[in-house]
Order: sequence, then structure tokens, then C-alpha cells
Amino acid sequence: MWYYAARRVLLAIPIALGVTVICFCLVYLAPGDPVQTLLPPDATQADVAYLKKVYGFDKPIPVQYAKWLGRAVTGDLGTSIQTNQPVLREVLRALSHTLVLSIGAVLVAYPLALALGTLAAFTIGRPPDRLATAISVFGVSIPNYWLGIVLIIVFAVKLGALPVAGMGPNGSDSFDITRWAQFRYVILPVVTTACVPLGIIMRTTRSAVAEVLSQEFIQTLRAKGLRRGAVLRHAVRNALPQMLAVMGLQFGYLVGGSILTETIFTWPGTGLLLSKSILTRDIPMLQGAMLVLALCFVGINLAVDLLQTAVDPRIKRA
Amino acid sequence: MTETTLDAAGRPLAAETSTRAAPAGYWRGVARRLRYDYVTLLFIALIAAIALAAIFAPLIAPFDPYKSSMIYRLKPIGYRGFLLGTDELGRDMLSRLTYGGRSSLMMGLTPVILATAIGGSLGLVAGYLGGWVNALIMRTMDVFYAFPSVLLAVAISGTLGGGVVNGLIALTLVFIPPLCRVAEGATTQIRDRDFVEAARASGASATSIIFYHVLRNVSAPVLIYASSLISVSILLAAGLSFLGLGVEPPTADWGLMLSTLRQSIYVQPLICALPGLAIFIVSLSFNLVSDGLRQAMDVRS
Repeated sequence: MWYYAARRVLLAIPIALGVTVICFCLVYLAPGDPVQTLLPPDATQADVAYLKKVYGFDKPIPVQYAKWLGRAVTGDLGTSIQTNQPVLREVLRALSHTLVLSIGAVLVAYPLALALGTLAAFTIGRPPDRLATAISVFGVSIPNYWLGIVLIIVFAVKLGALPVAGMGPNGSDSFDITRWAQFRYVILPVVTTACVPLGIIMRTTRSAVAEVLSQEFIQTLRAKGLRRGAVLRHAVRNALPQMLAVMGLQFGYLVGGSILTETIFTWPGTGLLLSKSILTRDIPMLQGAMLVLALCFVGINLAVDLLQTAVDPRIKRA
Repeated sequence: MTETTLDAAGRPLAAETSTRAAPAGYWRGVARRLRYDYVTLLFIALIAAIALAAIFAPLIAPFDPYKSSMIYRLKPIGYRGFLLGTDELGRDMLSRLTYGGRSSLMMGLTPVILATAIGGSLGLVAGYLGGWVNALIMRTMDVFYAFPSVLLAVAISGTLGGGVVNGLIALTLVFIPPLCRVAEGATTQIRDRDFVEAARASGASATSIIFYHVLRNVSAPVLIYASSLISVSILLAAGLSFLGLGVEPPTADWGLMLSTLRQSIYVQPLICALPGLAIFIVSLSFNLVSDGLRQAMDVRS
């Protein structure tokens, strides 16, 4: 167990390094001189020369990467062109807002998806299964940016029941879930983000549980006269590793892929930060946000893998 | 799938027997299963209809999709011959939606086709050769896996500066790793089977084995997987345009239309929802057709 865990952690290191390489290359992907992309357009010649020296742009690219990585490891991801604030601080603050949405979506989507998916697996081909399958196809196919707009039209514009956008009254930027005045703002974005994971997790749960149910030991359990609930427990326990894997992956997507929903609801998370930094060509911010999000994604996947080995002793033998 | 390549008389002969004998029965079975799958057939027809409407848009569209008019701005559905109303510049919505299918379908399909060709080939090579080539290709793919697809697509096209071509590049890059993984997995399973061994023993070169034997067995899972990505690709492509990173105005594109009409939800909410509905219908259709094909072709996910 510990051997496997240590091995898995070590395997994540080259991936994380690869991620830093891609994020580093972003600056060079941008059209034009990297120094120009790091500076505001009205920078003077002296500024350009100074920055070239400070960032080491006059050195070969591998050296530049090493320097950049060295600064990144110590938490220095550069300064935002737009706000002149340290990138890391802005990204982390936005990340905390994104997590509010992601965790909200998890709380809404996961229990529902697990319940409906299991129900569908027990009633394959019958109406409950048909309904659950239809919901999951809809959840996967619906463009969530469109769903967000439709929800805004219905609940904010027509009914006037919920706010259109933002994270709280008067452009509030701290989150306090216990206050209804603020909680109202989280409802529509959470419902919108919950759709895709709902569909995907329901689908995986259905096929995973159905596969366990088709195995012979389930017939034995039924023949022994076990009650339905007990059979259910066996089925779910065996399907759990597969379900965990997809739940973890979806959580990663929620944290890292929130850009469209956050743009629609002007939710001040990492997604909105990314979309703003693209519009204003704030490359250091874009690079920093992408690095932090990708590392979160790697970390989440690692955590899920470790959790999987904890619940499924069969894995560590493989 | 049974393979009939045990006769080792020579390369051309082995190739001929395998093109004729084995797949014919398989594909006939697929067609037979599809014929009774009415849901899949219905949605194949729907996709065909939408694609035809997009291709022949100049013949179908009642108005010029780019002709704006200050007096006819944001008119409701059915107003004076504008069957689906008009947008914020007074352009006919029905015509724009018909034309919009062109860029939306193109932006959705092209990356999947390109990524299937590139990712599939990389996967074939990695799976067939194994060893350090496999390690090099697959570990590189692993790194791209470390980014959520939306994030990678937005970051790449955003850094490159938006536009149709950059959007296509970004989406293609996003879909190469998963397709490569599927192709590599299937190839690794095939390469040690007896009929491949037999072909190798009879002196067939690596290229001809890959083309005649491996490709034939790997193409079904890869194509099914690619078909399931079309829906994702259409959603992502429209999403890029929605963010202002894909198609540029005034081109008619569903994602872009949704984004510009967003300002008018207080005036004509129904019309503002139309482009998104079009994206939804197409993405749903591709999802259902892909599921149907997967069942008909008997490929396990």
C-alpha cells in the first residue's frame, strides 16, 4: 500500500514538470516578442531593456525556463500587467471563489447522480432507467453557457426571483454562505455547473453497477435469499472504485474548466480571471492561472488515485 | 471480429483476403443492427438535414444573413416574414441560424477529423513499436492530460490571439491525446496476436502490417471514440466563439450569436435563446448517434 502510494506520488512529479514546461511555453506561443507581451503597450525602450535583463530574455531558452521555474517554485509567478498585483495572490483569491461553485456543484450533482445511476442499473430497460439515461444524455449534451443564459432569462429576468450575476450584493467579493442575501447569488451558477458532472457520473454509475450486477456472485447472493438492500450494498461496493475515479476527474474539471459559466455569471473566480486576462492580453496572469489550475488538476487526480487504492485492495496488486 | 490472414503466401494476397472476407460480415452485421435502431436513424437524419441546410444555406435562407436594418432590430418571432425574428442589428435570425450551421459544424468537425488522423497515427506507432518510442509519445500525452480540456483550449487559442484558425489548432491539440491513448491501447492488444505474428513471420514490413492488419482492427474503437468527441468539440468550439476567441463578427456562428444576443435578454429573451438551442440540438444528436453506433459496432467503452 505505502509502496504503491509512494510510487504514484513520484510519478506525478514528471507530469507536474511537463505542466510547467507547457505553461512556460505559453509566453512564446503569443505572437510578437515575449518582452512586449509581458509589458504594457506604452512601455519605454528602457523598460524593455530592463525587463529583458531581469527576466533573462537575453539568455538561451532552457536557462530562461530554469530561472522561471525557480521563481515559480518560490511562489513568484510575476506581476499582473493590468492590476500590478502579484499574480499568485490574485489567482489564489479567485481560486477560493471558484471552489465555492465547484463544491456547490459537487453537493448538488454527486448524490443525485449516484442515486439515479444506481436506480437505473437496477431497472435496466425499464422506465426509471430510460428516464435516468435521458437525463444523463441531456446533461452531457447541453451547452452549459446556454443553460446559464436560459436560467438567467427564466429566474432573473422573467420571475425576478434570483440575481442576474455577480457574487453578492454591491459587487461583494468575499463569500459568506450563511447569509441568504449572498446565498441567492450562488444558486444559478451552481445549477449550471452541476449539469455536466451529473450526466457523466450518472452514466458511469449506471454502467459500473450494471456490470457488477451481471456477475455470477450477485446471482449467488440473490439465490441465498439476500434482501435487495444487501445486494445493493455489494454491488455499490464493487463499483465504487470506478465511480470514485470519474467523480474525482469531474471535480478536477469543475475547478479547472469553469471559464464559461463564470463568464456568464461574472462570478469572480479563476475562470473569469482567465477570460479577463485573455481579453486584456495579460499573459503573466494567464500563465499563472493556468499553472495553478493545472497543478490543482494533477493534485486532485493524484488524491483520487490514492483514495482508490484505499477502498480497493485489488489495485495495489496490479 | 475474426481475421483471415493465416495464409502466408505473400503480402498482396494476404491483404486482399483480409479486405474482402473479414470486414464484410462484420459491417453487414452493423448495418443490420442499425436498421432497427430507430432513435439512431432518426438523429442521423436530423444531422443530415441540418448539415444539408448549412451547405445549401444560400438557397434556403429567406434573407441575406448580413443585411442589417435599424428599424427591424430585435423583432419578435414571426414579425413580417422574419420567421424567427431578428437580432440586435436587425438581421434575419432564421437566415443567420442556417448560415451559422456552416461555421459551427465546421469548427466542431474539423478538429476531431484532424485529431483522429494525427492522434490515431501517433497511437498506432506508439502501440506497434512499443519501447522508448511508446514511452516518449505516451508520456508527452500524459502531460497534456494534466489540463482540463476547456482550460487547454481557451489558454492556447487565447494566447495565439483568437480567430478561426487558432481555435481549430487549439481544439485539435486538445483532442489528440485522448485519441492517441485509445489507438495506442487497441494497437498494443493487437500487435501480439497470432495473425500479426504470422504476417511478420512471412516477411511483411512494419508499414504493411500496420496498414493491413492493425489499422483494420484498431479503426473501429478509434472511430467510435472520435464520434463521441464530435459533440464535445461542437460545444467547445461554440464556447470559444462565445468567449470571442473563435469566429469573428460579423460571421454568422451559433456561439458568437449567443454571445452578442446576450445583451438583449431583457428585450427578446426567446430569440436570444435560439442559437444555444441550435447548439444543443446538434450536440444531442451527435451524442445519441455516437451511442447508437457504439452499440451497433459492439465496441466497449
